[in-house]
Amino acid sequence: MDLISLSGGLLYTAFVIYLIAVIFFAATIRDKQHEKKFTLMNKLAIGTTILGFIAQVGYFFTRWMASGHAPVSNMFEFVTFFGMMLVLAFIILYFIYRIELLGLFALPVALLIIGYASMYPREISPLVPSLKSHWLYIHVTTVALGEAILAVSFVAGMIYLIRQINQSQTTAKTTWLEVIMYSICATLGFVIMTTIFSSMDYNATFSYVVDEEEMTLDYQLPALFGPENGELTTEDKMDAVFAAPGWLHGAEAPRKLNTLVWSLAAGLLLYLIARAILRQRIAAAIQPLLKKANPELLDEVCYRAVAIGFPVFTLGGLIFAAIWAQEAWNRYWGWDPKEVWALITWFFYAIFLHLRLSRGWHGEKSAWLAVIGFAIIMFNLIVVNLVLAGLHSYA
Amino acid sequence: MEKVEQAKRKKRVKKRNRFIFRSAILVVLFGALVFAIVSNLTAEEETAVDKNEQAPDFQLDRVANNGDAVESSLQLSDLEGKGVMLNFWATYCEPCEREMPYMEELYPKYKEQGVEIVAVSVDATELVIDKFVDHYNLSFPILHDKDSQVLDAYGIVPLPTTYFIDENGVVVDRVLGELSLERLESYLQEIVPKGT
Amino acid sequence: MNIMKCSTCGHQNKEGTTICEKCGKPLDNDQQGTLLNMRYDGSAIRSKTKNRSIVDKIWNFFSSVKIGVTLITIALVASALGTIYPQEMYIPQNVDPALHYRDQYGILGQIYYQLGFHNLYNSWWYMVLIALIGISIFIVSIDRGVPLYKALKNQAIKRHPNFLKRQKLFGEYTDYNTDDKTQFINNLKKHRYKISEEDGHILAEKGRFSRWGPYVNHLGLIIFLVGTLFRFIPFMYVDDFVWVREGETAVIPSTNQQYYIKNEEFIFETYGNDDEDAIFEEALQNTSGPVPKHFETNAVIYEDVSRDVIGSDPELKEVKSGEIIVNEPLKINGLALYQDSYQLNEFQTMSFKLHEVDDEEEEAIVEFTVDLTDPESEYVFDNGYRIELNRYYPEYELNNGEPRSVSNYPRNPGFVFFVYGPDIEEREASFLAIGQNIPSGDNQYKLSLTDFGVRDVSGLKIRKDLTLPIIGLGAFIFMVGVIQGMYWQHRRIWIHQAADSMYIACHTNKNWYGLTREFEKMIDGTSFTMVRDQEKKNDS
Repeated sequence: MDLISLSGGLLYTAFVIYLIAVIFFAATIRDKQHEKKFTLMNKLAIGTTILGFIAQVGYFFTRWMASGHAPVSNMFEFVTFFGMMLVLAFIILYFIYRIELLGLFALPVALLIIGYASMYPREISPLVPSLKSHWLYIHVTTVALGEAILAVSFVAGMIYLIRQINQSQTTAKTTWLEVIMYSICATLGFVIMTTIFSSMDYNATFSYVVDEEEMTLDYQLPALFGPENGELTTEDKMDAVFAAPGWLHGAEAPRKLNTLVWSLAAGLLLYLIARAILRQRIAAAIQPLLKKANPELLDEVCYRAVAIGFPVFTLGGLIFAAIWAQEAWNRYWGWDPKEVWALITWFFYAIFLHLRLSRGWHGEKSAWLAVIGFAIIMFNLIVVNLVLAGLHSYA
Repeated sequence: MEKVEQAKRKKRVKKRNRFIFRSAILVVLFGALVFAIVSNLTAEEETAVDKNEQAPDFQLDRVANNGDAVESSLQLSDLEGKGVMLNFWATYCEPCEREMPYMEELYPKYKEQGVEIVAVSVDATELVIDKFVDHYNLSFPILHDKDSQVLDAYGIVPLPTTYFIDENGVVVDRVLGELSLERLESYLQEIVPKGT
Repeated sequence: MNIMKCSTCGHQNKEGTTICEKCGKPLDNDQQGTLLNMRYDGSAIRSKTKNRSIVDKIWNFFSSVKIGVTLITIALVASALGTIYPQEMYIPQNVDPALHYRDQYGILGQIYYQLGFHNLYNSWWYMVLIALIGISIFIVSIDRGVPLYKALKNQAIKRHPNFLKRQKLFGEYTDYNTDDKTQFINNLKKHRYKISEEDGHILAEKGRFSRWGPYVNHLGLIIFLVGTLFRFIPFMYVDDFVWVREGETAVIPSTNQQYYIKNEEFIFETYGNDDEDAIFEEALQNTSGPVPKHFETNAVIYEDVSRDVIGSDPELKEVKSGEIIVNEPLKINGLALYQDSYQLNEFQTMSFKLHEVDDEEEEAIVEFTVDLTDPESEYVFDNGYRIELNRYYPEYELNNGEPRSVSNYPRNPGFVFFVYGPDIEEREASFLAIGQNIPSGDNQYKLSLTDFGVRDVSGLKIRKDLTLPIIGLGAFIFMVGVIQGMYWQHRRIWIHQAADSMYIACHTNKNWYGLTREFEKMIDGTSFTMVRDQEKKNDS
């Protein structure tokens, strides 16, 4: 039992250290006098990041020892691991290109991802027989690493776009950039709302009838959307404001819709507060900080991350996945939604590479593609697991 | 002038070679495409014994209380020279149950004309078949495929499945599902041996 | 005229060539200031030449990268559509798909079904799409790979000064001595560049093999796709299923009755029964129902060595025995048996006793056991009682008031018993099933269930896939190609020795940052300055 709390403590430590590293990276941007020198601040920033990474590796292995299987078997564990791999991918690319800015953006994304992960049930869960295979570790870890490297390409692409897009007037491009900013706010909003209400131990139960069978649904956030014809059975809790529309299927659909609406609303609030304070578009406010960044280098990092990540992703997400599927379910490919979306991700990055290498899509076009690619990866991670459940819906 | 001629000829040869090369590759590639699609469309039932194929020979025990059972077992090849209606059924299968009286009704008439009706039950226990045979008073041979070997060999999916086999052991027709009295009779007429 | 004659060296280049094959002079009338397009090293892409016949037109259609990318995009969108609702193979087996999609997903589900999206990945048009991508990959590779190979194989060492001047990284040097040049070349060698020299002009090259990466990975994909085609050849691919009950021997389907399998024992464990499962306690409380931990079949595989006529008693010879566990199939002769599913606790035997209806003690007059796999029709006892099993329904159900069985399997057995005895006038009938005991009239005697035995049923998948080696090979070659193309790059440095000055130009097919850094190390210990990035100049 001690191992589990130690493991939890290490993860928490890693989270805090990453936060400190972000501050150090911010500081390196401020003192940009000696451009090519590796200053104390640079060392401090990357050193802290590595320390945080080591702490998280510690979390990973202590949890492994406690549970007896690699902690990549449910949503919390996998997403946390993905965050860890993102940090690793950043460290690798940092040592190739030495861009501090990348850290300033990649680490917050990693923090957000780890924060998002911890909103899922964190207890150690048992493995069903089909997951008991070494291929679980091999497949899942390689996929996470590949996707994390591809995510770095998103980070570089995003910096590139904020740096390059003309903010002097409202265009479709500036609007889309704000959509990215808003999505980040919404993720943050989800983490904040969930944390607030779970610290209050909020729980409201609704009962409703489906096919003449009585069902109950627990809400951990106040119900804006309750189940159709649902009845609140917990006292002193807010009753549902609206009924979830009938075309939403699945037992937990009303709750998922509720969580989504809460996150979007909280994100909107955060976004509006930021806009009110900054009095301009968020991306426009960040732009001046990036003046010194070298857009060509960012473009190259954006591409290079795909060049490195694509083979890793192919290996983990398609080939190892196929080998395992052959072992466990006796078919190497089964058109399960998760598999299909891995294929879609693969198609997408194949298109990315062809457009870049054969048709010369550099710079801005390529950066937008990197953003879309990341959106697909996130879609596969979140929406496919929560909505299009299949074999992989183990969380 | 000769040089120009030569160059022209060379070019023509080159062009022809390119044409052949490209055509060959396109034919192979599109051939593969057509193969894939055709195979995919016909992939459904590849293992089942189908029309115009030789019916695989088999030997099974007859259930105890069935008709004028002299021999305790029956081998399909022993019926060569006769038309054979081979019916796969089970007691729990309602459509099978419905067509049994029709078979019993037509059996004496077609037996005379050289057609044998053989019903292979895939039930797990002999008891249920016995009770069934008693109940309907069936006189044609009822065989028990208790290990599902014949079922497997013929690749039977739905019950009932009925084969109409001519005197040479070739499948003339394969019917998936229930038969009405009229249809049953028309199929039986097809397999009446030519000689009689 | 479809030949382009170089104005400098007179070499006759193919139409579509942008850089002279021989001397490297740009053939585009020297638009000074613009950089050269080095994508296929300036060689003519085959399809870009004039096309006349229909074959050429089809060829050129497929050789376009634009078409390839469009096809992949369509495949991407189509694949995504197929995930909106579950595919047919993932909906319950026993329902009509047409109704299922309508009931579950409403009008949209109905449209989805009618468009055939419920079986999208096996549809003919999806297959055509993938096949077209395959064709495109094949033709593109020939169309571009061959000229590129020739161009790089026959590349000139000495290049026209304009060729160098119009490279992205370019430097012109007048103030240097021969030691600088020697040192520079030594540095190149140290960085594993292959040096070729011609009249003082130098070509330093490394990593050319990475240029073949795309063609190698395309080859891998083609092999992979061909492998999937082999699946349609019957003996290459077997996909079948068998249920085997404990203690039972069943023929393994798709083996022409050659192999049989006996289920010695089926073992099923759930979480929560072990001390070591204590850490999962919290998670187990949050899930409904037991979580399976492990299941396996102890199986014996037999071969029928008699090879007699089908249906005759097989002569079984044991060929293999062992466990079939999830993730660990049992393999025989290219055939693999996978643990797939199970049915627990199917009835195997049922024991009854006969007693008087009025007897509160229910003292047994006779006791007997019915073996549900092979029930007897009569149970005769020494004390004069005789019990006849008149009807047996393995899986009993009431159908229009009539009892009948819906399957072969004793999942819910029902019995009609006739009891004969010395003090029974004719006979007493009663119907028994789980939870039911219905006498036919004013019975004096009653039959009661005393005990039952159960066994598990193991569901095994039978697979043979001889296409796997081909598919694996394709995947392997693809990986090799991707890594070769992505993790290495083709770098070239040209030195053009003019009378009074020296030009240096660098080219890489990607990762310019790396090349710049390498060049910095190369000019170490020389008086050469850094090459200029001519693209940057254009930017500002």
